[in-house]
Amino acid sequence: MENVDPTIILFIIFVLACMVGYYVIWGVTSALHSPLMAVTNAISSVIIVGAIIAAGPEDTNFSSIMGFIAIILASINIFGGFVVSHRMLSMFKKKDKGNKK
Amino acid sequence: MSVNYTALLYLLSAIFFVLSLNGLSNPESARKGNIYGIVGMVIAIITTLYSPGVLSYDTIILGILIGGAVGTVIALKIEMTALPQLVAAFHSLVGLAAVFVASSAFYAPATYGIGNIGNINTFSLIEMSIGVMIGAITFTGSIIAFSKLQGIMSGAPFVFPGQHLVNLLIFITLISLITFFSYNQTGIIFWSIVLLALVLGILIIVPIGGADMPVVVSMLNSYSGWAAAGIGFTLSNHLLIVVGSLVGASGAILSYVMCKGMNRSFISVILGGFGVEEGQGQKGEEKRSVKQGSAEDAAFILGNSNSVIIVPGYGMAVAQAQHALREMCDILKKNDVSVKYAIHPVAGRMPGHMNVLLAEASVPYDEVLELDEINSDFSNTDAVFVIGANDITNPAAKTDKTSPIYGMPILDVENAGTVLFVKRSMASGYAGVQNELFFRDNTMMLFSDAKKMVESIVKNLN
Repeated sequence: MENVDPTIILFIIFVLACMVGYYVIWGVTSALHSPLMAVTNAISSVIIVGAIIAAGPEDTNFSSIMGFIAIILASINIFGGFVVSHRMLSMFKKKDKGNKK
Repeated sequence: MSVNYTALLYLLSAIFFVLSLNGLSNPESARKGNIYGIVGMVIAIITTLYSPGVLSYDTIILGILIGGAVGTVIALKIEMTALPQLVAAFHSLVGLAAVFVASSAFYAPATYGIGNIGNINTFSLIEMSIGVMIGAITFTGSIIAFSKLQGIMSGAPFVFPGQHLVNLLIFITLISLITFFSYNQTGIIFWSIVLLALVLGILIIVPIGGADMPVVVSMLNSYSGWAAAGIGFTLSNHLLIVVGSLVGASGAILSYVMCKGMNRSFISVILGGFGVEEGQGQKGEEKRSVKQGSAEDAAFILGNSNSVIIVPGYGMAVAQAQHALREMCDILKKNDVSVKYAIHPVAGRMPGHMNVLLAEASVPYDEVLELDEINSDFSNTDAVFVIGANDITNPAAKTDKTSPIYGMPILDVENAGTVLFVKRSMASGYAGVQNELFFRDNTMMLFSDAKKMVESIVKNLN
């Protein structure tokens, strides 16, 4: 039997992931849209995976330097995004707690 | 680690990311959602560190530590009012990282197993150039958005004749270059694509005005996701594709929600220029008199109401008035006045901006309601306190077909007993439209800085 081209498989993953994203995001309450942006920003920096592979080889060349810079940029985002959304989310409180202050 | 294990661990990481987004469906589960996101990221990074080609751990860990320290410090220090700029700045970094990863893939394709230098397979070339294009657009576009939000650049739309034509030409050139690149993989074409996309990113965002920033920020959020997905295709990395799509979809939905909140089509926002042409027309009307009040009057009206609804807008954020506002509402609540907050979808400069600011001032989130939850309550409310908002309350959106904001969903504050507007001056809102409400008998204008006004109302209430 003929094998499916790997690019087609990637495309299938892409389309299904878009659909998962579509339905999951509609479930996010609009009060939390700012934290949502911070979190999506942090997780889109999963691009660090590509950067790590680029910086992986032991010899230093153009590509590994590019990879190293990309690791720094993506890490700023990952830590920054998760920390700032944690800060935001820890401020959202219900009535009883809010009145104590 | 074998490729199969890596793929399965990436799947696990992707599952955590989906759970993370799902956690944001309500504030209770949201903190857990954030933790899931971190777990997903840790799995992804550790799995990659164990990949066969990855040897220089020192450099990689160093990079993560540098970036992590910078990111953490920024995130801890940032003022909540400056969130929109922060998010825009972060988006630019994702875009730039995508450009760097794509260029390292171009110069060392063997590391990623997509061919050799000068002999990369056609599919990868197309995916790579699309990824690098979106990354570069995201980078410069976000920098412009950041400058506008931070006030480094004027928030006013910057338009010049033939703008759309220029953008279109650049875009067509980009597509031609990408096609050309798939046959002729030289560095010059690669960097031409990067350069042109950087220019396009700037040109796309400069014509978009301050009030449309929620759409821009969401749109760039979406782009940063598509850039990640594009790189995922290039590297045949399933995780990057899945996460990129999730983020891309998220940003696209937020853009849609924001556009709907303004009753504008996505296209008209992107084409930009909103808020300039319409600004001049209605100057003559400003001569009409308005009823002006003092903090004492406001304190009297609010103190004698049974129910009050607060409508915050961007002006509250600028004046940092949220803490004083909460104090005012606490006093009102002690005097048995029922207080609620009404949030319009496009209030502020990014989706959900007002909710975060009120949460920062320890306003319980169950008192903060969305447009469709609260709109019918205005008619049996004694007083509405509009602080730093304008267009989102303008009844012209319902009645005046010629108004640029016609059709935009508004908060029906006009139905309340008394409407108090805290504003610095009579200036019209971002849409450049005069608000009919200012001239009504049951409206009282409180001209002052939002924070100072609220503070003196608090004094008068005590």
